[in-house]
Amino acid sequence: MNSVSASIQSDRQPMLEMRGITKRFPGVIANDNVSFDVLPGEVHTLLGENGAGKSTLMKILYGLYQPDEGDVLINGEKVSLQSPSDAIDHRIGMIHQHFMLVSSLTVAENVALGLSSTRGPITDLKQVAKKIKSLSDRYGLHVDPDAYIWQLAVGERQRVEIIKALYRDVQLLVLDEPTAVLTPQEVDDFFVILREMTSDGRGLIFISHKMNEVMELSDRISVLRLGRLVGTTTPQETTREALAQMMVGREVDNTREERPATIGRTALSINRLSVGGDRGVDALIDFSLDVQQGEIVGLAGVSGNGQRELAEAISGLRPIKSGSISLFHDGNPKPIGGLGPKAVREAGLSFVPEERMRDGAIGEFSVADNMVLHNHHSTRFSRGGFLNFGEIHRHSQKLVDDFQVKTPSIDTPAKNLSGGNIQKMIIARELDSDPEVLIAAQPTRGVDIGAAEYIHARLVAARNAGTAILVISEDLDEVMLLADRIAVICQGRMMGVVDRIDASREQLGLMMAGVTD
Amino acid sequence: MRSYLIAASIAIASVAAALAVGAIMLLALGANPIDGYKTMFTAAFGSADGLASTAVKAIPLMLVGVGICIAFRANVINIGGEGQMVVGGLLATSVALALPNAPAVVLLPLILCAGIIGGAFWGSIPGALKAHYNVSEILSTIMLNIVAVQLMNFLLRGPLIDPGEIERGTRIPQTARLPEAADLPMLSETLNLHSGILIAIAAAIGAWVLLWRTGLGFRLRSVGLNPAAARYAGIPVKRNIIIAMTLSGAMSGLAGAILVFGSESHRMVTDGSTMGFTGSAGFNGIVVALFGALHPLWTIPSSFLFGGMLVGANSLQRVAQVPSALIIALNGLIVVFVVSTEWHRKRLQNQVQTQASQKNENEQSASDHGNAKS
Ligand SMILES: Nc1ncnc2c1ncn2[C@@H]1O[C@H](COP(=O)(O)OP(=O)(O)OP(=O)(O)O)[C@@H](O)[C@H]1O
Ligand SMILES: [Mg+2]
Repeated sequence: MNSVSASIQSDRQPMLEMRGITKRFPGVIANDNVSFDVLPGEVHTLLGENGAGKSTLMKILYGLYQPDEGDVLINGEKVSLQSPSDAIDHRIGMIHQHFMLVSSLTVAENVALGLSSTRGPITDLKQVAKKIKSLSDRYGLHVDPDAYIWQLAVGERQRVEIIKALYRDVQLLVLDEPTAVLTPQEVDDFFVILREMTSDGRGLIFISHKMNEVMELSDRISVLRLGRLVGTTTPQETTREALAQMMVGREVDNTREERPATIGRTALSINRLSVGGDRGVDALIDFSLDVQQGEIVGLAGVSGNGQRELAEAISGLRPIKSGSISLFHDGNPKPIGGLGPKAVREAGLSFVPEERMRDGAIGEFSVADNMVLHNHHSTRFSRGGFLNFGEIHRHSQKLVDDFQVKTPSIDTPAKNLSGGNIQKMIIARELDSDPEVLIAAQPTRGVDIGAAEYIHARLVAARNAGTAILVISEDLDEVMLLADRIAVICQGRMMGVVDRIDASREQLGLMMAGVTD
Repeated sequence: MRSYLIAASIAIASVAAALAVGAIMLLALGANPIDGYKTMFTAAFGSADGLASTAVKAIPLMLVGVGICIAFRANVINIGGEGQMVVGGLLATSVALALPNAPAVVLLPLILCAGIIGGAFWGSIPGALKAHYNVSEILSTIMLNIVAVQLMNFLLRGPLIDPGEIERGTRIPQTARLPEAADLPMLSETLNLHSGILIAIAAAIGAWVLLWRTGLGFRLRSVGLNPAAARYAGIPVKRNIIIAMTLSGAMSGLAGAILVFGSESHRMVTDGSTMGFTGSAGFNGIVVALFGALHPLWTIPSSFLFGGMLVGANSLQRVAQVPSALIIALNGLIVVFVVSTEWHRKRLQNQVQTQASQKNENEQSASDHGNAKS
């Protein structure tokens, strides 16, 4: 702890103090004697690489894990947090890195779930919906209380999580990578909400891998590395570079080496595609886009404008209404629309799904098993129907080493990996099969800066080797960094394609908002 | 390894708890529980003859249980073991009746296959209904159990009935003595134990190999654990749900065939209910599988335990004059205890893991961190 935070502490009593927290998992110390506190009305940011132990510390606070050592104090009093309901009783809220919503229920029903204080034993959903509506209007969250969760894009689900916390009027809110799914404009709006929350004296714990946000929002910043607290500082006292170095222990350089695309033939062609949506309206309307060998096309857009449906249509998971999607082999088109994921993969397409825990990995399977999920039946990994575990292990170990996936072993269940490492595992798997076309949805969401740099480098390397890559990302910085051409989608329509060299943030922002000139 | 130890101790604890409650019931019935349990244990496990009868009772339980394990791994719940046993038994019986003069080398494999096919077919129907129309397999399997009984009653009263029953006018719904070539070979001259037990154990081992060593098993488990991710990876979810139910039904069908051809009467008989034929093995197999932690290999000892309870119950009934319904109650109690201790098992496991990591934290995590950093 440095002197600045110490002087703040003497003024006000912290609403939360975590003292000497230690938590061990097999083969890992996730938290090693970590002390951490939050003052009323402040945003205290936790920074650290993937697997540094941020989520673990927060899960201890939320009663999901019990610490092996250490104490938690709320308003100066020692408390025992055995379960999330204990945490909720202490007015602690948490928005998890992986959302915890029941997808077959509506927004209002999800908010009402586990509420104890609604009148009587029967929850009045109308009342809940009304309050959601007013909270949503007040904070500009644009959440429809009657929509089903499964109909919502990730960005919208995120806002439901925020509504849930606001509804419960939490005093201390943990935000585990809340902005990972938001566009820059949305982030600005979101920060307005958060500031409003702190101005009523609420405390926020913020976790993010995005340095500019951390610098903008935080009152204090604590950095974890390998489970240990490296230090606590303030945005005034530090710089992004210094923070990055504190986190990673080396310098990080996430600028792209300029190398012009050597564009080959068209590899993926989407022609006048229309696709139905989950809410009755068409999610994609007359959408056309070509991706050539050896280029990265970035698809920018605000969450929920048809990106998810596009990815699903290309990967064969969603039927198409009209138009076509084709892959090309030696210049001959092969329509893949509606063929189903297996045939689409066999035709040479790989994809990194947006929701890694739901679609990208099987949590209970080991890392090794997850690495061969899509090709375990290939002659390399399977003989006469029997799996060749020797080869699967060799292969997985190589991918884990190559892509620096941090895991105790390849036999560890994937669910025990930290979020960013699960993402690295999926990227490793999908890039390894040398696809002709790769669709990557939010490839570095929730990934620390070191790993993001690495994933970007791998994507660029694949592009240089001739893969046609479509990166679907709500992170405009990422699109501007990676893409050779940038396409913008708004309300299911193609707003236009611009070369990166010619693109400006302002122009893209306007296009994302649906303004055409 | 440790997790198996925990699973085993939990299993034993839940049996002990069930026996304790059962002891109270015995007392209430005016019997001495210690004597009662001694009687049961000796009858089931105390002699070679007892062990043989236990093994014979264990066969259908084991097979159905193994089928439950397979279905469960793909996240389908097969409550249709009863009906699948019946259909497997009927098809096998029909084959044997149609080929009265075939030699054993031909007939034995044929009847076993017929049992498998009959059960597989009966299992594939709810599988397909679930996969394509999202019909709950719990409902459809139970309904198919009822259809199977009617089918059995119809066939055994009509087309398949022993012609002798018609001549004598007794019309007992049963087939004629099936061809001797189809009798399951006995394992010993003195003991009443047929080779069905070997088939059942082979099936359990085969299911384990299938689930954890083959690509098909990999797909079944992935569909069971996370269908969305499986679909993304190109694994056909619907097809694998159907396959899981089909394999599960096949196991029960095989149990049905073995029940017919290993029976002492060597006929297929109905008393009008499935239970009359299956002895409720189609349901008890679920208990066996649960008690075996839904693992095919653990299903083997588990089925011996429950087979032993059935044998013990019979003798208890004879010796102590208590209703054999007590055993049904004991079965149920064990399930309740097993299921309610499931969460406890998970907690224990976490503790053990944490302790294990504590022990070697210094060397191990230091080197892990070191590796990851490099
Ligand atoms: N339930 C668990 N069982 C075993 N190991 C776990 C478990 N949860 C977390 N870990 C391990 O603890 C370490 C810290 O994980 P944690 O999720 O806290 O990281 P994080 O800082 O939140 O990373 P990210 O930025 O990727 O989300 C990791 O090495 C992870 O593999
Ligand atoms: Mg995390």
